[in-house]
Amino acid sequence: MAPDEEELSINEQAISASEDEEGSDDERKHKKLLEAIGSMGGRKRKKQNERSEASVQVSEYFVNAEGTGDKVNLSDLLGTVEKTSGASNKTKKQLRNLQSSKETLELPLNKQQTEKIQRGIAYEKTTAEVSCWKNIILQNQKAEQMVFPLNQESSGPKRVEQVVAGWKVQTPLEQEIFRLLHGSRQPVNDPVLTPVEEQSLKAMSLEEAKIRRAELQKARALQSYYEAKAKREKKIKSKKYHKVQNKAKRKDFLKQFDEMVKTNPEGALEELKKMELSRMEERMSLKHQNSGKWAKSKAIMAKYDDSARKAMQEQLQMNKDLTQKMVVPSDDEHESIEEGLETVPDFVNDPETVIDPVNPWMRGQLTHEEPEVSCVTAEEVQTAEEENEEEEIIGEFERKRKLRQADEEDLIPTEEEQPASEVVEEDVVEVSDKEEEDEDEEEDVSEFNTLFRLMRSEKTREGSNQTRGGLNTAGEEDEEGLLSEGQIRVRSIEDLEVLDEVVEPRAIEEPSAPQTAAAEATSEPPHKKKREINLKEVLTKEAKAVRLPFLPTVVDEEERDEQISIIKEAFAGDDVISDFIKDKSRQEAAGRPAVVDLTLPGWGEWGGVGLKPPRWKRKRFRIKTAPPPPRQDQKLPDVIISEKRTASVASHQVSQLPFPFQNTAQFESSIRTPIGSTWNTQTVVKNMTKPKVVTKLGAIIEPMVKEDFIKSKTTAAGGKGAAIMLGENRRAKEGTKRSAEKHRGRRSQKRKK
Amino acid sequence: MLVFGFWTTKICNTRNCFNKIVLIALFSLTFHCNGFASIVCPDLKKILTKFDSPSRWFMLGKKCKVPAGARERLKEAIAISEAMSEHAQKQAARYDLLLPEDAGFLEGDEDEDTNTISQADIADAVDITSGSKYFNLHLSQFGPYRLDYSRTGRNLLVGGKKGHVACIDWQTKDLKCEMNVMETVNDVKWLHTEAMFAVAQKRWLYIYDSKGVELHCVKKFNDVLRMQFLPYHFLLATASATGFLQYLDVSIGKEVAAICTKMGRLDVMAQNPHNAVIHLGHPNGTVSLWSPNQKESLVKMLCHRGAVRSLVGKDKIGDTALYMVTSGLDRKLKVYDIRAFKPLHSCFLPAGASCLSLSQRGLLSAATGEIVQVYQNVLGSNPVSKPYMAHRLRGQIWGLAYCPFEDVLGIGHGEGFTSMIVPGAGEPNFDALDTNPYRSHKQRQEWEVKALLEKVQPELIGLDPGQLSKVDQASFEQRHKEQVEALGFDPLAKDKFKPKTKKKGRSSAGAIEKRKRKVAHEDQRDEIRQSVQERTEREKELKEKSNEKKLGNKSTLDRFRK
Repeated sequence: MAPDEEELSINEQAISASEDEEGSDDERKHKKLLEAIGSMGGRKRKKQNERSEASVQVSEYFVNAEGTGDKVNLSDLLGTVEKTSGASNKTKKQLRNLQSSKETLELPLNKQQTEKIQRGIAYEKTTAEVSCWKNIILQNQKAEQMVFPLNQESSGPKRVEQVVAGWKVQTPLEQEIFRLLHGSRQPVNDPVLTPVEEQSLKAMSLEEAKIRRAELQKARALQSYYEAKAKREKKIKSKKYHKVQNKAKRKDFLKQFDEMVKTNPEGALEELKKMELSRMEERMSLKHQNSGKWAKSKAIMAKYDDSARKAMQEQLQMNKDLTQKMVVPSDDEHESIEEGLETVPDFVNDPETVIDPVNPWMRGQLTHEEPEVSCVTAEEVQTAEEENEEEEIIGEFERKRKLRQADEEDLIPTEEEQPASEVVEEDVVEVSDKEEEDEDEEEDVSEFNTLFRLMRSEKTREGSNQTRGGLNTAGEEDEEGLLSEGQIRVRSIEDLEVLDEVVEPRAIEEPSAPQTAAAEATSEPPHKKKREINLKEVLTKEAKAVRLPFLPTVVDEEERDEQISIIKEAFAGDDVISDFIKDKSRQEAAGRPAVVDLTLPGWGEWGGVGLKPPRWKRKRFRIKTAPPPPRQDQKLPDVIISEKRTASVASHQVSQLPFPFQNTAQFESSIRTPIGSTWNTQTVVKNMTKPKVVTKLGAIIEPMVKEDFIKSKTTAAGGKGAAIMLGENRRAKEGTKRSAEKHRGRRSQKRKK
Repeated sequence: MLVFGFWTTKICNTRNCFNKIVLIALFSLTFHCNGFASIVCPDLKKILTKFDSPSRWFMLGKKCKVPAGARERLKEAIAISEAMSEHAQKQAARYDLLLPEDAGFLEGDEDEDTNTISQADIADAVDITSGSKYFNLHLSQFGPYRLDYSRTGRNLLVGGKKGHVACIDWQTKDLKCEMNVMETVNDVKWLHTEAMFAVAQKRWLYIYDSKGVELHCVKKFNDVLRMQFLPYHFLLATASATGFLQYLDVSIGKEVAAICTKMGRLDVMAQNPHNAVIHLGHPNGTVSLWSPNQKESLVKMLCHRGAVRSLVGKDKIGDTALYMVTSGLDRKLKVYDIRAFKPLHSCFLPAGASCLSLSQRGLLSAATGEIVQVYQNVLGSNPVSKPYMAHRLRGQIWGLAYCPFEDVLGIGHGEGFTSMIVPGAGEPNFDALDTNPYRSHKQRQEWEVKALLEKVQPELIGLDPGQLSKVDQASFEQRHKEQVEALGFDPLAKDKFKPKTKKKGRSSAGAIEKRKRKVAHEDQRDEIRQSVQERTEREKELKEKSNEKKLGNKSTLDRFRK
């Protein structure tokens, strides 16, 4: 085939050469002929490109090589440019410069280097391209929940604006309505004010502003008048004038106050408070006490000068007036309430009428062991003359202290609060035989008590010791009261009568006699003790006389026997405490690490019976382990807390710190909120347990495209404006969305194919 | 003398109603027949806690501060968790609105004491339905009765010492089953549903269904004296005369643990509903706390000088205090804060309490001889003064129990059973998904399945119920040590401070050292600063207190008083 073509081309060339001169008509004819032939052949002929080389003879088939010998110079070309008027001066100048420059072009870089540069540029480009993904990837990693496919149309109810924006006028009726709406300049898209309304509003605001301005002017003028007046008055030096003025003011105030009491009691109360405050201030300051410089000078003059004396008197009078206490009307109400409290009855816990001589506990009175002490005295105290009594009290205390000291020397110090010890102090004869038996036990008990006292009262003592110095006597009395409490312990009414005198003053001085165990008393905060006082007030003697639906059962003979046995049992429990102490010390000892002794007798020295390894050896080969952390029950003498580690929970616990957390506290706090529905509301549970990734069933999850997040960014940015420029914006966005959807749809179709 | 504090750990009551004075006219009692909230929206009712006000939200643990040089990821993790927990708390607080019911108490006239009001008067004054809640069952034949209410409060189980066992729907007075086991009955207890109950008989432990059919005779559990049922663990804990404390898993029928307490006869038992720890009272005046995971007692505390006669545990999470009330042969009644193991207050009851019971609202009832006394405000810090209510019965009282969600106290005694009205005793709001008194048969079945799925394993019982949410320190430390050895450095260690190099001679050795010293021991410094501040404050307080004490409540201004 190729040779054929060649032949043909040669023929044609010959023809063309001959016919060119004859005319173009022939040539055209010839062309047509050739075309016809070509089309007849069925094969498409190769299309010949158009030639653009300038030559005398233009051939269809090859480039004419005529005139190759002489090169075309730039100057040849430029010559024509210079002449043409259309070309701009600038280009001409540039071309001239180009012509004049003699520099040769640099050699192109070698392949490796060009490739390197290209690679570098490509890298930069791709990094720039990829790095714009970085944010979205991070964001997705952080996201609590990812919903795939991305860019889902929200299925839920849409906002009104969205719905309105998407809606288009369709029917002629709607069109007409819209025309009307637009005609009246009603807001279509957003319910902001119409222009007309805005205009009217503006007009309104101006009027208002005028009024406001006038008001302000007036106020300013008034203020200036007032200021001027005040200044003027201030300048007046006459004391008399000011006195009169003040007096008038006070009178006025009183009048007002009286009115206020009737009309506005709250305001009056406030005023009263203010007065109280001024009273307090007066009492705090030395203002009218005649102790100032002026007063002293006046005092010197007072002997001779009547007016000075008068002035001083006035000052004092002022002080008196100011410090006079206001009469508060609610006082009597208070009292009545108190009285009511006192008469509140207590019934069931009244003492049983039968008094068991054997059992000191049986004499327990009311819910509290002691309240009777003060309850009896409560009324008497009020009636008694306090001043006289105080001295008596002090004397009483002195005596008791001495007594107590003597007692302590004789007897083994026993618990303050324990009934056994009370018995000892109340009627020693009864229990003396018993005591002999239980002496060693009691030693234990006392030991325990001291322990209790020490441990529980450590803190409070520390505090009190510091400040004791100055107020020594008071502190001593307090302590003494606590210690000697046992002496005046009252168990029954009979005892009460006997000890009446003793009890009476005590109750005044020492209201906070804790009747429970000393340990409890000391462990309790001091304000608790005050409450106990209240309690005592409640449990008055009158309370016993209250009528009852029924009284506690009187103990029968049989029951009595039973009770005696119970009491015996209870007393047997006295060594309960010592047992407990022993138990605790045993536990503590078990917890302490044992010393490991590795000494080998006879090594490096003489050995034999009765020889002890030397000191250096013991020091070196006895290994002491570090002491364990302090026990949990260190400060609780009556509690033993097991120090054993429970391994059962360990298998369920987390033992490795998960990634972002640096210490256990952080992790523990992060899981402290339970997520179960038992502890939370339904919404919270759903929120807390939502899955990390949600996919729509049956939907194809396309890989993320750049437009997705870029678009989301733009929408996020334009989100603010949406409310105002609702219509256009939305429409534009939807257009893009639709196009994106189309795009995606096409892609998915492709995939299906 | 066992007492059973019916109180779920799930509904936590923060509303401190005891201190509120609810003013109601005499006899206008509020009785809580309230299915309202739960019927309207049962799932909304499930909340963590009830709040008085948002400021008293139940804070779960401590908030974590973001450390100064924390990584970004750590910051985020902390922030997310904090936000979530705050959200949860807020939501729970908002749901408080759905608990509209409130409790009211009996209030006497000015000169009238509430404890003088007789039950008959109350029953006459209130509506018929409420009045019918006061009734007596005269069962003098089979001698003193023990009793137990089911968790929903609908069903009552009574067991006479001489073998008489009966279960009753006490509100409709519908007798479900009645039988005589022909043996001594020491204790009776409902299991997780109303369909089954356990009876501790002379020798073995028996389990019956609600028709009275014997289901099991558990011979591994012999000589049982007292029983407690832990509802969330499905464990039946029994204390025997031989000194054994045994746990029976009723969901799988296996003995979980048998602990020889070596403390002699165990006839005083209670449970701490907060952490499912069993409390046992002993004749030597101690109370010991037990979990099935430890062979020795968790805690042993000396409570009384005589033997402990009765015990009752109670949780009150809102005030972050758990209480235990004990009474002993020394006739004292003591209230303990069981978290600190410290007595709050104690009082002396002349007759001594043989039985104790705490209601859901914190009313304490104590059986002193033949009289039942009910005390109010026992769980506060101030001691009790006088009973709120009292009721006299005939015969020795053997069992006391409050009915959950009702203002009713059940008393088992020698002459039968008495149901007593105690206004303000029951929790008015119930968790319908947990214990619904009005639930149907189907609901009960559903609940049973769910409860079984949510069953708490016995291994998790311990003093601290939040133990599970803590990192296992011992193994963590061990693992960390190994890691440090393997890596050659501590991955959790804080980076050492490297001062920046500065120019113009400011990076001289001295300057660098200075800069280093500025940031040295920063974490410790904070702590020290804090501790010093605390100490000074404490000292100041102490000083003030002691001053007050010495001056006897005198202020400085008192010297000017005229």
